[in-house]
Amino acid sequence: MFDRLSDSFNGMFRKLSGKGQISEANVREAMEEVRTALLEADVHYDVVQSFCETVLEDAIGREVTKSLKPGQEMIGIVNERLVELLGGETQNPGIMAVSPGPTVIMMCGLQGSGKTTTCGKLAALLKKQGRKVTLVAADLQRPAAVDQLETVTQTVNQAVPKGAEAKFYGEHDKAKAYGEAVNVAVQVCKRGIDQARKDGADVAILDTAGRLHVNEELMGELRMVEKSTTPHHIFFVVDAMTGQDAVASAKAFNEKLKIDGVILTKLDSDARGGAALSVKEITGAPIRYIGVGEKIDAIETFHAERMAGRILGMGDVVSLVEKAQEEVTEEEAQKLQAKLARGEMDMNDFLKQLKTLRRMGPMKQLLGMLPGVGSAIKDLPIDEGQFDRVEAMINSMTAEERQSPKIIGPPRRRRIASGSGSEQQAVGGLVKQFDAINKISKQMAGMGAAGGMDAMRGLGAGGGMPDLGGMLRSKGSTKQVKRGVKKRKKKR
Amino acid sequence: MAMLKGVFGKLKRGLEKTRRGFVDGLRSMVTGRKLDDALIDDLEARLIQSDVGVQATRRLIERIRADYKAGKLKKGEDVLDHLKTELKAMWPEADRALAKATDGPTVILVTGVNGAGKTTSIAKLCATLRADGKSVLLGACDTFRAGAVRQLEIWADRLGVEIVRGQSGGDPAAVAFDAVNAGISRGVDVVILDTAGRLPTQNGLMDQLGKIARVAGKRIEGAPHETLLVVDATTGQNAVRQAEAFGQAAGVTGIFLAKLDGTAKGGVVIAIREATDIPVKYVGFGETPDDVEPFDPESFIDAMFALD
Ligand SMILES: Nc1nc2c(ncn2[C@@H]2O[C@H](COP(=O)(O)OP(=O)(O)OP(=O)(O)O)[C@@H](O)[C@H]2O)c(=O)[nH]1
Ligand SMILES: Nc1nc2c(ncn2[C@@H]2O[C@H](COP(=O)(O)OP(=O)(O)OP(=O)(O)O)[C@@H](O)[C@H]2O)c(=O)[nH]1
Ligand SMILES: [Mg+2]
Ligand SMILES: [Mg+2]
Repeated sequence: MFDRLSDSFNGMFRKLSGKGQISEANVREAMEEVRTALLEADVHYDVVQSFCETVLEDAIGREVTKSLKPGQEMIGIVNERLVELLGGETQNPGIMAVSPGPTVIMMCGLQGSGKTTTCGKLAALLKKQGRKVTLVAADLQRPAAVDQLETVTQTVNQAVPKGAEAKFYGEHDKAKAYGEAVNVAVQVCKRGIDQARKDGADVAILDTAGRLHVNEELMGELRMVEKSTTPHHIFFVVDAMTGQDAVASAKAFNEKLKIDGVILTKLDSDARGGAALSVKEITGAPIRYIGVGEKIDAIETFHAERMAGRILGMGDVVSLVEKAQEEVTEEEAQKLQAKLARGEMDMNDFLKQLKTLRRMGPMKQLLGMLPGVGSAIKDLPIDEGQFDRVEAMINSMTAEERQSPKIIGPPRRRRIASGSGSEQQAVGGLVKQFDAINKISKQMAGMGAAGGMDAMRGLGAGGGMPDLGGMLRSKGSTKQVKRGVKKRKKKR
Repeated sequence: MAMLKGVFGKLKRGLEKTRRGFVDGLRSMVTGRKLDDALIDDLEARLIQSDVGVQATRRLIERIRADYKAGKLKKGEDVLDHLKTELKAMWPEADRALAKATDGPTVILVTGVNGAGKTTSIAKLCATLRADGKSVLLGACDTFRAGAVRQLEIWADRLGVEIVRGQSGGDPAAVAFDAVNAGISRGVDVVILDTAGRLPTQNGLMDQLGKIARVAGKRIEGAPHETLLVVDATTGQNAVRQAEAFGQAAGVTGIFLAKLDGTAKGGVVIAIREATDIPVKYVGFGETPDDVEPFDPESFIDAMFALD
């Protein structure tokens, strides 16, 4: 989407710039693209409208029309505003410490949004910091909700053996069928906090039942829990896949409870997560954490930059770079960078990059983080075995061949093919693609890429990226990938 | 199977919110107004706000605009009827009953993303089938999530049906195999398999779904006879992706649209319909086993557009 955006922006403005002045109407036209992108990402209609108006004013005010690169400047403004709306790059203050304890955290949200799971994740996070946590089961309505939290507490203790044991407080016998235990949660929470205090816990987390914002009775119960426990933090847990309704529910919860933080779950999905923007806009409460999986440690601090990129479909370049930094040393990266700039990467470097990349996670996940590639490959069955075969081919090359793959003619090709158990054609393809990488990266270095591409270059593996897409070519409907990749090349 | 009690039945109650939001909005928006571009724009906004999706909305709106330009639509009210007809036409007459095995138990595989409402929807299906005099056996194939087996067990208990479960952390396909076997030996009418929530991004887990289905098919010809995808009505455009991905991984035969009792409009079904040909079979609107109705496009749309 980001690619589509920037491509269409650039295209639009290029076409126009030949004809002289770029008009305000042209800028408006470009904004239509932004609008579509945001709506497709599930940002609420009204939020999109006001966002686009602000950006438009901004663009006109900054005289984008006179800019040399109006397309790029527009994207910049869109991104900037989006980050700002999402709360900017503020520090997550974490969970406050109070004395005497415990700090009370209350979780709330719609059914199935991820409250109970997130209780466990937060507890694990706090336990790691050396804090003593009690989890209170305040959902007496969903079948086995109390058992679920009890098991989650065990998982916390198993996953984080260090530090004080996390405790569970629950009253199994109070759990009833739907609608039969309303308000019982209030007392359970009070007793749970009392118990936590006696145990000398630093933090008590209340896992409330999921409920609809339009259910007066249950919202009333939540209000009573809040009144009688006066939580230090009230976290609203939202599913990242939520659509337009996010505004309605967030508004109602916030009116009843004054939410002081939002936790966005299930960001490991391929949803673009526009609900984040809607909820932030409606509640004004900062997004504190994100859930990125079902496991107990799948929780991260929220980053507005990354979220903006995701909503615009830019891919999560930042996360990719972070992952890469864990794997590649600065020195290594710079060395390779220099080689790439000269178009002199050899097969050894390439193999190393490939191996590093594969250590970072499944290829599909990695490629998905790249701008423009994410949506293109979503339907592709990515054959990880394909990468095994590439490795096998390189392993069958002589040192000389690896250093200068150009010398690989038909006889060598035959030998490498039989050595690695692959087709001669495949070997030829690899050599050709490899050559292309070097050419592209040399060009790229010459041109000086902008924005996200800088980050990718920092990766060291940057030059290898486009061709990883190319490697997928052998399987299924790879046209999409090719298209995605080609587009990106063009952009540079 | 409990028959649909017409437009004024439970479905209508379940859709009260939907109707209130969507139709009241629409109705008050269009009544007494001359149809013009501004009104059409308002309509477009409404559709988007109902999660119908940009693409489907554009298609619907373009038709309206064309008919308006051609002079076929003049009053604001006309446009409601037009939309209604248009939407109804998206789900042509078809048999939406659950599939049945020709021989032996019918196997229903229930799938969906995390927290969509699978387990609760199974309780609903179970209640419906029981009311119809069918015997049901549940297979607890969610061996992963904390409390998942216990949750299904409680439902089985409350509804008076048998349940087959495996080890926590065990192989879900093995549980499916056991459940189907138990279903055969006990001679039950229907076996329903609950699965762990999973996301289209999780290749391994998506493949596992195929494996569960194949295992069932090994024991009973044509099983699973029905593979339902539970979609949370509050979901935005990702639901389309879900329908595609689960369709590919497990051959989804029907959608169970859950949580229609909120303020979400459920318009996502329209977006799904644009992208796939998977029919919607049931709607769920609450947390008790009674909060379910078979999906019927006529009454669904009628209820959406009905006046109070
Ligand atoms: N993939 C993924 N799954 C998640 C995440 N957070 C929660 N889940 C899953 O979502 C489902 C619902 O999570 P719960 O924690 O039970 O949700 P809840 O809000 O407590 O649900 P109720 O109590 O019924 O309202 C479970 O299958 C969780 O494993 C996440 O960040 N990623
Ligand atoms: N309001 C409402 N809540 C529902 C409906 N269906 C399910 N729920 C609630 O949604 C939450 C999650 O439902 P589950 O049935 O556990 O969802 P699931 O898909 O099995 O979840 P996982 O197994 O964790 O992936 C529970 O709190 C249910 O009570 C519905 O139609 N309306
Ligand atoms: Mg819960
Ligand atoms: Mg379940």
